[in-house]
Amino acid sequence: MSRIGVFICWCGENIARTVDVAKVAEEAARFPGVRVAVHYKYMCSDPGQSLVRESIAREKLDGIVVASCSPHMHLKTFRAAAKAAGLNPYRVEMANIREHCSWVHHNRDEATAKAIQLVRMSVAKVSQNNPLDPIRVPLTKRALVIGAGVAGIQASLDLADAGHEVVLVEREPSVGGKMAGLSETFPTLDCSQCILTPRMVEVGQHSNIRLYTYSEVESVEGYLGNFTVKIRKKARYVDMSKCTGCGECWTNCPSKKNLSEFDYNMGFRKAIYIPFPQAVPARPVIDSKNCTRLSKGKGCGICEKKCAAGAIMYDDVDKIVEEKVGAIIVATGYKLYKIGQEQDSEKYTGYGEYGYGQYKDVIDSLQFERLVSASGPTGGELKRPSDGATPKNVVFISCVGSRDNAKGMGYCSKICCMYTAKHTMLYKHKVHDGQAHVFYMDIRAGGKNYDEFVRRAIEQDGADYIRGRVSKITEENGKLIVRGADTLTGSPVTIEADMVVLAAAMRPADGIEELAQKLKVGYDEYRFLSESHPKLRPVETNSAGVFVCGACQAPKDIPEAVAQASAAAGKVQVMFAKEELTREPEIAKVNEQTCAACFACVRACPYNAIDKAEIRDRSGKLIKRTARVNSGLCMGCGTCVAVCPSKSADLEGFSEQQIYAMVSSLV
Amino acid sequence: MMEIGYYPGCALHGSSNDYEKSVQACMGALGARLKELDDWICCGASAAHVINKTLSVALPARNLGLAERDGVSELLAPCPMCSMELIKARRELVDNPGLRQKISEIVEIGLEGKTDVVNLIQVFQKIGIETIRAAVKMPLEGIKAACYYGCLLTRPASVLQFDDCEHPRSMENILEVLGAGSVDWNYKTECCGAGMTMANEPLMLELSNKILANAKAHGANCLVVACPMCHVNLDMKQADVERQYGTNYDLPVYYLSDLVGLALGLSEQALGIDKHFVVKR
Repeated sequence: MSRIGVFICWCGENIARTVDVAKVAEEAARFPGVRVAVHYKYMCSDPGQSLVRESIAREKLDGIVVASCSPHMHLKTFRAAAKAAGLNPYRVEMANIREHCSWVHHNRDEATAKAIQLVRMSVAKVSQNNPLDPIRVPLTKRALVIGAGVAGIQASLDLADAGHEVVLVEREPSVGGKMAGLSETFPTLDCSQCILTPRMVEVGQHSNIRLYTYSEVESVEGYLGNFTVKIRKKARYVDMSKCTGCGECWTNCPSKKNLSEFDYNMGFRKAIYIPFPQAVPARPVIDSKNCTRLSKGKGCGICEKKCAAGAIMYDDVDKIVEEKVGAIIVATGYKLYKIGQEQDSEKYTGYGEYGYGQYKDVIDSLQFERLVSASGPTGGELKRPSDGATPKNVVFISCVGSRDNAKGMGYCSKICCMYTAKHTMLYKHKVHDGQAHVFYMDIRAGGKNYDEFVRRAIEQDGADYIRGRVSKITEENGKLIVRGADTLTGSPVTIEADMVVLAAAMRPADGIEELAQKLKVGYDEYRFLSESHPKLRPVETNSAGVFVCGACQAPKDIPEAVAQASAAAGKVQVMFAKEELTREPEIAKVNEQTCAACFACVRACPYNAIDKAEIRDRSGKLIKRTARVNSGLCMGCGTCVAVCPSKSADLEGFSEQQIYAMVSSLV
Repeated sequence: MMEIGYYPGCALHGSSNDYEKSVQACMGALGARLKELDDWICCGASAAHVINKTLSVALPARNLGLAERDGVSELLAPCPMCSMELIKARRELVDNPGLRQKISEIVEIGLEGKTDVVNLIQVFQKIGIETIRAAVKMPLEGIKAACYYGCLLTRPASVLQFDDCEHPRSMENILEVLGAGSVDWNYKTECCGAGMTMANEPLMLELSNKILANAKAHGANCLVVACPMCHVNLDMKQADVERQYGTNYDLPVYYLSDLVGLALGLSEQALGIDKHFVVKR
């Protein structure tokens, strides 16, 4: 190998100001094996690339070094140029003389000398680059969607309508998520269930969607295009194939006083139940803790007697099913921050001063949604929890937890300003002689028709907006005494309220950390999942083949969650448009002849990408055991190379020999 | 016998010597001897932090330095302003080596921040709730106390981390082992106006009135405090509050150590309760 081209870029002034590019070219031309060395103002420009292509063709180059910016910027560009000129793209090396040299040095002579050394090393490396071909990976054109709230529903339907099979996993007994429990939605005040339930039904009936409710993702193995997912179907105690959803069981169940999770503990449900009338699937589950038969092991059995279909299975157990998918969309949504003193992590502290959990009429915003929802525990009539009276004075407090570093959350939950304005309207529409008061920090109403909506709440429905915080809520003679400050007038405010609604911060749903770890997806300090790039890759994650949408990524409202869900589904369709996938070939390789089968690499590999393999002869006799790299999983980190005692593991495109050549070139 | 360093601060050697008597007697009955810090100076509370940041650390730091010099591992400051200032200064000295160096030079004592400072509630917690339960001789029947923490016993929350700063329960937990009852009420951590006693008496009377009225309305038959300033306002000034608002509260105000002492079998005289203005009827 002896026909190497070196292309030195000025990057306008960026490199040429500090590095004498002509001198670098002059020196590089004398390096062993270099056929041609040129410099040009913008090597990444069209003329620059043609220069590269033409030089490859004219000089019959078998390797090139581009001395310019970081390979993160333009390695792809120059590999494509090389490929177009008939050169294997993996025989392209970049010497980073911008970030590593011209940008960080001032002395022109020293910077030039360093640039020459950087180029020298790259030339030494490229002379030993093997031509490589991208790895082809087969692709399973089925997607897993985790979470069947509005985001998961949207993503699933988009993919299913595009003709792809979808496995939809939902932890709760029904699909629908938080949105199914909302009353009316901003900024149009259309009924949440009315717009969501048709989509829920569609999910339940779609021939391309395999729905697992009351199920959780147990484990995820494999890689982009080829995931194997184990799903835990929690014991439902009801045979879904026999149950007709007639309702005889839950109508007759005598265990009535169980707090309803769907009503956020504001109402009750039976021990055998569907969470709400429009549940999909409309098949009940038995809550084993509160069921007499299941908790005591005997007695009751009324549901079994009443079930004409014989669908009750008291001996049901959790089952694990396995599904193969090519892509995964995470849409696990959110929960509300706990306002009271008990928190799920030391990072967070509560608001003792608001008396949440202590005073019955201090509730959070999702509880208020249920109180004004037609399907809620009061049938849509606004009655306060303590005594069922109609509250005539209601105080709404925004930013409870949000934007409060002292409570552990520095971020804005984004939707509270809007839903609080909506709450004041819904309240006024139900209690005409009532007064809503809102304590706010700022009103953040960016969005189509959003600010107009808030103005309507204030101007038409007469909500009393007070800019300031509440310092304490106490209870005296059946009234909640809300003491706060009006920071616009600079005076203390005391309101005697009948009910207080706290707009608690949005937090990622429970179990997000475990799930993120199973999927190898990153998360931020608040446990929101990390997208791959905040602007340009908003639904991708750094785990190839795993996508995010909805409130598990950041607080967002319904329109945004839906848009992001469709974007994620779109990205999966881009992936599924190909027949097979390709991966970069710069991965580890084990020399199976010299491998001593100690499997130190198997233990060291952070990606579980090395298998224990056996080499057998034709008759099936074991010849030797060896480590073998799974080319679908290997990320090319090189850990195995470092630990291998027999030097049998090496990295393609970055071999130990190449590193040795680079070092030798300098000394 | 367990020995605990003792920082009385100005109040316990002056207007609130009944508090000192109570703390000393109570600790003695629990088998703890208080060893007063030799040559202690003002903690800087109420004035220093608004005038000069360095001074506000140096004043408590000198006292911390004295404690370290004498090998005191635990220092009780029964006044919550003192304990807060000392705990805060210790935290700053530990977190900031540069400041520690500077302050060490100013106060002319080497500082490491080794001494643990506790307030009255914390010292009972250190001795152990169960130890106190075992030592009770005369369970306090008939007491329904409104535990009043005031502004500084639990605040700032980042400095005093032994209880929820807005809804504290630690005094109630101690009363429970004494056999005394307590009421749920709303003014546990509100200001009594102590800082305004001289400058704006009507405001102080208004704030203290709210506290007394709320305690009474929730069925309390006494108040329990762990602060000399709160005691002055709610006990000595109770008659003034009653006169100003035409009310009649008759709420004796006890230090937490008074009730612990009574339950341990000490007399009212031994605890200095006979010096209080409002007497139990």
